[in-house]
Amino acid sequence: MRNTCKHCCTKIDNLKVKLGGNTILDNVNVHVNCGEVVGIVGPNGAGKTTLLRTILGEVPYQGRIAFQISGSVSKKPKIGYVPQKLQFDFSSPISVADLVVSAISFYPVWMGINRDLLERVKSILSLFAAEHLLKRRIGELSGGELQRVLLAIAMTPGPALLLLDEPGSGVDVKGLSLFYQLVDDLRNKHDIAVILVTHDLAGVSSYVDRLILLDRSVIAEGNPEAVLSNEKLVKTFGPSLWNVSLLPNLKSSKAGKNDHD
Amino acid sequence: MIMINFWYRLVDMFPFAWTHYVFMKNALLAVLLITPCFALLGTMVVNKRMAFFTDVLGHSAFTGIAIGVLLGIQDPTLPMIAVAVALAVAINLLKDTTRASVDTVLGVLFAFIVALGIVILSRQGGFAKYTSYLIGDILAVSPRQIACFLVIAIVVLVYWYAAGNAMILTSVNSSLARSRAVNVFLIETSFTILLALVVMISIRLAGILIINSLLVLPAAASRNFARNIHSYTQGAVIISVFSGVTGLIVSYYWGTASGATIVLFAAGCYGVSALLGRRLNR
Repeated sequence: MRNTCKHCCTKIDNLKVKLGGNTILDNVNVHVNCGEVVGIVGPNGAGKTTLLRTILGEVPYQGRIAFQISGSVSKKPKIGYVPQKLQFDFSSPISVADLVVSAISFYPVWMGINRDLLERVKSILSLFAAEHLLKRRIGELSGGELQRVLLAIAMTPGPALLLLDEPGSGVDVKGLSLFYQLVDDLRNKHDIAVILVTHDLAGVSSYVDRLILLDRSVIAEGNPEAVLSNEKLVKTFGPSLWNVSLLPNLKSSKAGKNDHD
Repeated sequence: MIMINFWYRLVDMFPFAWTHYVFMKNALLAVLLITPCFALLGTMVVNKRMAFFTDVLGHSAFTGIAIGVLLGIQDPTLPMIAVAVALAVAINLLKDTTRASVDTVLGVLFAFIVALGIVILSRQGGFAKYTSYLIGDILAVSPRQIACFLVIAIVVLVYWYAAGNAMILTSVNSSLARSRAVNVFLIETSFTILLALVVMISIRLAGILIINSLLVLPAAASRNFARNIHSYTQGAVIISVFSGVTGLIVSYYWGTASGATIVLFAAGCYGVSALLGRRLNR
């Protein structure tokens, strides 16, 4: 496992989330250090997305979520968030530049984006292999392209914690490996903590430092090989959790498949 | 007063028959102030797929007028605004808490508020008095109302300047917006309240039946060829002002209801843009 910085971290202790009378999460304990990429896997309805939304502060909870940055406790750190496959209107007249500017600047985009700002957006996008998308409408982007634009937004300005919700859904294999590569670079360069919710076990296992199996509570935790080779877990969660074709020992022969989610 | 006299003199310079009438000068000024507001608000109404919501909002005027009548108030504008704002906030709250689809909730409310209003207003067969609210009367606009439109136009412009970006983010994804420190609830609620205000204040112009199309049509037409938010907004404002002015003047010569004539022109713009837009995007 990678050496991570111990001065800053996200600590989730004894977290409980109830929505509409149902307990979605119970007794969840997760610690993430900066510079660490943690993958969260679990069957559908396990509470993965709820966990991210709770960290974002959207969902009421019991328990404790604490952020510590450079030794001091911070109540509201900057959190970058890349949402799951967006369900927006594909004919929407919002360009990539519009979306980025409205997220990173107060300058009202409906008045027209000036050249300086456009150059700034272009240089931000260029770090994510997306500068050629600047004037495209967001509805015209492929899954992978949109994901890179959202990652560019999430990383501007640099957050302490990056949350990625199902980056695999709707993205082809090539796009996904480019995305993971970018996340890996970011973690190395900026020492940020990354929490990544995914179904794509095989694709993600070489990029994450730690894998957490979540089903209302943390069922197992450890390095990806250990979690994925635990036979008991495979038996219990196997059919609902991962597609057999994506299991690590088979991944070389099935690498071309992309049928998750 | 000085401003309105200046306006009258300005219009007098045009060599048309209709410019001799004060009511036409007033109506033109009202149209020039309110159509850009409708265009701006409409861009977000269409982006956020709120067309049905604003239709319900417009129809809530029935209940507002009825409450005004019950309370014995001469000018029902205030009760109309109160009902519309309450309805807007209630729908906004319901949307997040109910399991029924927003469409269904709106459908139920639509029927309820219209029926309630009509039942109260039709007591002793007096409904005919209120038909002017159905089709509106832009030519009856007073200088005081125009001052009101000026204030509203400034409010909309300031709001758009301050909250435009946040609304774009919210319309794409509310979690994404929250992660960018946008207070989504505040944005959505304030937007619906502003909508309620603008629609209720201008319902005398266009009428309950067609007020919603003034919001939806310019934005929908502009969307057919817009490639970004700037061109979308620009297109909607141009189409809205163009249909407003043309519709008003044409209605003078045709002797037709101005609101409906304006809507016909806006619908014409939509038709043209749909045809041209398809060709451009091919």
